[in-house]
Amino acid sequence: MTKKPLTLINKKNIRVDGRKLDELRPIKIELNIIGNANGSAYIEQGKNKILAAVYGPKEVHPRHLALPDRALLRCQYHMSPFSVKERKRPAPSRRETEISKVIRECLSPSIFGEYYPRTSIDIYIEVLEADGGTRCSGIIAASLALADAGIPLRDLVAACAAGKVEEHLVLDLNGPEDNKGTDMPIALMPTFNAVTLLQMNGILTTDEFEQALNLAVKGCEQVYTLQKEALKARYINVKEEVEEE
Amino acid sequence: MPIFYEQRELVTPGDLIADGDYMAGDSTYKEDDKIYATRVGLVNYEGRRLNVVALKAFYVPNVGDLVIGEVVNVNLGSWNLDIKAPHLATLRASDVLDRSFSPQRDDLPSIFDVEDLMLSKIVACDRTRDPLLTIREPGLGKISGGQVVEITPTKIPRVIGSKGSMVNMLKKETGCQITVCQNGLVLIIGKTIEKERLAIMAIRKIDQEAHTKGLTERVTEMIQKENQGV
Repeated sequence: MTKKPLTLINKKNIRVDGRKLDELRPIKIELNIIGNANGSAYIEQGKNKILAAVYGPKEVHPRHLALPDRALLRCQYHMSPFSVKERKRPAPSRRETEISKVIRECLSPSIFGEYYPRTSIDIYIEVLEADGGTRCSGIIAASLALADAGIPLRDLVAACAAGKVEEHLVLDLNGPEDNKGTDMPIALMPTFNAVTLLQMNGILTTDEFEQALNLAVKGCEQVYTLQKEALKARYINVKEEVEEE
Repeated sequence: MPIFYEQRELVTPGDLIADGDYMAGDSTYKEDDKIYATRVGLVNYEGRRLNVVALKAFYVPNVGDLVIGEVVNVNLGSWNLDIKAPHLATLRASDVLDRSFSPQRDDLPSIFDVEDLMLSKIVACDRTRDPLLTIREPGLGKISGGQVVEITPTKIPRVIGSKGSMVNMLKKETGCQITVCQNGLVLIIGKTIEKERLAIMAIRKIDQEAHTKGLTERVTEMIQKENQGV
């Protein structure tokens, strides 16, 4: 066993993984990596490694679930057995069912489902490695996968958590911080400043809540820029290659 | 009435393209007089109308579209075809036969069977109805030769080019017969396999580089170079 540090934040306000209080974990995004899916994305955020795939719009099976006026949005968030230190049983847990629901509800306002009645749009989020804040990383990847599938979106959905660890307000909590402190994930459509997900686990005062919310919104905006860059990267590369010739 | 992006500039979903008295075209939407993009694509103005030419999208059927479909199912009085749209399309037996369909006399699998490719036209389709196809027009029917390439359906206009410049050039340079379908499939029938391959290569190149300038010249150049090699 390695010796764990006694505190998560040292006297210089530096966190366990060397970040400042209001710093995001490094994010790496790749798009279009699953050939069989209509759209897909892979994200690495710190130690989080998550795949998202989108299938659809397609015919709904079982048929009776089809909606006559809009597309049916289905979402499955799943953690691989090897994604955490102790093997996770692969059957969907209570927690995963809940996260699937909140992710579905946070993405649905961004999708023009009414354009495609009697169809389904299926989102699969597979957590390959988890280190806190996987629902946020999952939302980021899923929103990009939707855009990659060519599904019309009002806006991309960015997500980020803020919270309180050892009396400090911090941005983008990792695993150890998440376990010890208060965690508040939010999802945002930055163009409209519309919050589509807000959850909290722990205790914050009203003032702290407001500060944490503002911090998380700033985090979301940084994430949003990265999402846009990732979406554009593929096409810009082709354009540059061609124009160099 | 400002516009925030130049012609052919790359946008992502949620980007504010323009503010003011404009009309929202393809892959855009309007809210409070502001026009936003809904897909990754290139901004394109047509007067007051703002479009985004999506770089990735799927096919949505429309009445009158020419499509290539694969038979996936033979029913009692009809076939189901996969036309790369969210729903399967139907082709009725009575449309194919010149008389009404009789279950005693007619054996549908012997006419068209699963895996057959059909060139057909959409005659009916809306929000409540799956697409209905017809082959009762000259040139339509089962595809018996040639090759089919799949590309992104939104890039079909680029393959055709303005007033058909691109597709006419392809036909002339490769000597192939090319049928461009709205659902993103292109049928190529050439005299030799080499010619067909050349046309396929060119169409793939158009698909990949649809958002770049001077594409027609580059594709012409490529074909002429290859032609000399052969």
